[in-house]
Amino acid sequence: MTAADAHSSPASPDARAAQNASPSPAPPASGAPPAGGRAPGPSGGRRGAARLGAARETGVLLALLLLVAGTTLANSRFLSAQSVKDILLGAAVMVVLAAGQTLVVVTRNIDLSVGSVLGLAAFATGKLFVAQPGAPLPLALLVGLALGAACGLLNGALIAAARVPALVITLGTLYVFRGLDHSWASGEQINAADMPHGFLDFGTATVLGVPVLALIAAAVLLAVGVFLGSYRTGRELYAIGSEPTAARLSGIRVGRRVFLAFVISGALAGLAGVLHAARFGTVDATVGTGMELQVVAAVVVGGVAIFGGSGTAYGAALGALLLTTIGSALTVLRVDPFWQQAVDGGLILAAICLDRVLALRGTRRARAKEAPHGA
Amino acid sequence: MAGSAIAPPLLHLRDVTKSFGPVAAVRGVSLPLYPGEAHALVGENGAGKSTLVKMLAGVHRPDAGHVELDGRPVALADPAAARAAGIAVIHQEPTLFPDLTVAENIFMGRQPTGRLGRIDRAAMEGAAARLFARLGVALDPGRQARGLSIADQQLTEIAKALSVDARVFVMDEPTAALSGIEAERLFSVTRGLCERGAAVLFISHRFEEVFALCRRVTVLRDGRLVSTGLVADVTVDTVVRRMVGREVSALYPREPGAGAARGEVVLDVRGLGRRGVFEDISFTVRAGEIVALAGLVGAGRSEVVRAVFGVDRHDAGEVRVRGRRLPPGSPAAAVAAGLALVPEDRRRQGLVMELSVQRNAALTRLRHLARLGLLSARRERRFAAEWAGRLRVRHGGLGDPVGTLSGGNQQKLVLAKWLATGPRVLIVDEPTRGIDVGSKAEVHRIISRLAAEGLAVLMVSSELPEVLGMADRVLVMREGRITAELPRAEATEESVMFAATGQREVRA
Ligand SMILES: Nc1ncnc2c1ncn2[C@@H]1O[C@H](COP(=O)(O)OP(=O)(O)OP(=O)(O)O)[C@@H](O)[C@H]1O
Ligand SMILES: [Mg+2]
Repeated sequence: MTAADAHSSPASPDARAAQNASPSPAPPASGAPPAGGRAPGPSGGRRGAARLGAARETGVLLALLLLVAGTTLANSRFLSAQSVKDILLGAAVMVVLAAGQTLVVVTRNIDLSVGSVLGLAAFATGKLFVAQPGAPLPLALLVGLALGAACGLLNGALIAAARVPALVITLGTLYVFRGLDHSWASGEQINAADMPHGFLDFGTATVLGVPVLALIAAAVLLAVGVFLGSYRTGRELYAIGSEPTAARLSGIRVGRRVFLAFVISGALAGLAGVLHAARFGTVDATVGTGMELQVVAAVVVGGVAIFGGSGTAYGAALGALLLTTIGSALTVLRVDPFWQQAVDGGLILAAICLDRVLALRGTRRARAKEAPHGA
Repeated sequence: MAGSAIAPPLLHLRDVTKSFGPVAAVRGVSLPLYPGEAHALVGENGAGKSTLVKMLAGVHRPDAGHVELDGRPVALADPAAARAAGIAVIHQEPTLFPDLTVAENIFMGRQPTGRLGRIDRAAMEGAAARLFARLGVALDPGRQARGLSIADQQLTEIAKALSVDARVFVMDEPTAALSGIEAERLFSVTRGLCERGAAVLFISHRFEEVFALCRRVTVLRDGRLVSTGLVADVTVDTVVRRMVGREVSALYPREPGAGAARGEVVLDVRGLGRRGVFEDISFTVRAGEIVALAGLVGAGRSEVVRAVFGVDRHDAGEVRVRGRRLPPGSPAAAVAAGLALVPEDRRRQGLVMELSVQRNAALTRLRHLARLGLLSARRERRFAAEWAGRLRVRHGGLGDPVGTLSGGNQQKLVLAKWLATGPRVLIVDEPTRGIDVGSKAEVHRIISRLAAEGLAVLMVSSELPEVLGMADRVLVMREGRITAELPRAEATEESVMFAATGQREVRA
């Protein structure tokens, strides 16, 4: 039951030290208590960490606002109600995936199978409505969640049993799930015409102008965010990602927790599949191909440390929103879609470099004792 | 110490045995822990103390034998089970989560919760602050654990153990990184635990602590129990003889006047300062001289030597080695100029846990050991075997990963690695932390001999006897400043402590 352990990269203490160290101000000079001259003042601390975390989220938000402002200047239709709605619809699916991925990444693991799980669930939803046009919406959502959870269960079980890094296992299941999808569909495409109106309306419905899908995504995000931030189990996921051996020594059931993270990530990918089907109406076996990389990009851009232990679901969601908005902006500006990928890639690199630079500065200031001695 | 021998033991280890492959770490040890008293466990590095602790913590399961609690056998299948059984453990190596706050580290898995099961952070930090107040330390519970000094990490571990409502407290070298004052506070807290009926298992290489705190002492040698009995019935000498199984040569083998034949100034530090950490640090070290930096934990001693070596930058002053100025913030330049630093946090900064014992020992000498650019395994092995032998590093095989060595043996290996580089200036931060008596004497002898051969030694130590026994000159630091410089003749326990605590200014 040592999935996290198996995935932990022993050679990375330096890189880990670099993640999110807080750029705390130097402690105040003298005047410290006699018992060791340390001042408990406002130095270092969660305040520092929180400030940095918040700074990261503010940074992404700022980039988002600049992007929207710039694009709107170039083409005023970018801020039309329809276009905003489109962006929110697109981001909804990504946000659900990103929230699930955050749960996994904070434990120092990764789930690459989410794109395939999404595809499988989307196709299953289509099949359900073809067979049972009168099926109620909650049933479809439930089927998606259950199918996704089953996939996550398989991921989690394989990781626990094989003690192989999650990267390798989920790369395998990425192809397995996609293969299942293809053999099930065998070239078939389910069109919007085959879907009941009620379901398609659900995909475009709005409440006070906000798409219902976006509201669902926001609810999922809030649930995951609160779970990670304020519940014991959520905090244990951070502990596992921060230092797997210490987690085991302090009595955390590491295997079970990592397993749980994969099941939830799978279930949310399944839910995202249903949302995807509702939005587009047309599904075939290629739905969601390559989406896993976009999700990982969103999570990293949003400040979740790829080595685990830090970052929030809210940050990841902002990352997802930013990437989606960039996509739309490039379309509006009539830029070749090819550039979208280049921009995404550039953002990931920028995000990682930024983490590194901030962390190095933070580490120096905090005199973190983890940097190895040069020699 | 209200414990009476008549009360049945709270916890009883019965004939436990544990092997790692061919290494028999613990062999058939029985040990009763009585309520209301502290029980010391002593033994050389690698004697099996931590292995015993890990069996109580649910980390290792005994190959044979079992643990009884209140007279009934319990299965401590994993750390959670041990905690549920009321056993709180302070491990030898700090086990903190660097990304989380100090308070969260203390209460992980047991955070106080409020409405709907949500964690009540304010209550959690309040509880952590109260624990630190009990220990008499000022540590911000809201700060991130990353970057805590070794002493603060250890204090956090102690607070973690105290936060558990346990009946049995197991402390594996809790004082290794603490100076006298912090350790004394831990003892008074521990006595309080005993008065409330808890049983304590206490491990330390410092005999003063064992004799001050504990009622019983058990000696382990090579995984076997040598003796167990009341502290009142033994002396330091008998305990040491049982531990080592032979006579131990005197500690601090430095003849008075050994440093008389001093050479030129090798290390010259002038007006060194780092904002908010230390200021106006000036001193010199001559060839053949041993200079000790004494003071309380947190006085800034480690910070000064780190800045001298260039691991940290300094914002004022300069460091000269044999008259040549060192560029600030460059450990590589320091090494090139003949400096060597044995760091405080040896586990993290001195060893590569996955590599073998011999490769770790040879890391600083790879170029020297290579032939035509290729590392010769035979030369590497011969070199490692020689140093492992000199410092009595106890290991399974030279090819085993260094992570399987006991804590003290890892320390010795780092020391060997740097001593082997043949530097001009040796800076050692806590040279004998976690090292047993026998090897301590050996480390002292090696350092003395190197000094006699003309090496300049700068030593940071929290152990007063070591400072007084080894140093030609003692610099005392308090709150980031040097408050006294005492030649060997004037350095006494009183004069150093006065300068360190600031209760009376002593200027030489
Ligand atoms: N996981 C492991 N794998 C292999 N050997 C081990 C392992 N853990 C401990 N050992 C070996 O068991 C023996 C006892 O180690 P232990 O850590 O119990 O010593 P110790 O008494 O705590 O020493 P110290 O005073 O240095 O902390 C040592 O020879 C050590 O190399
Ligand atoms: Mg030990």
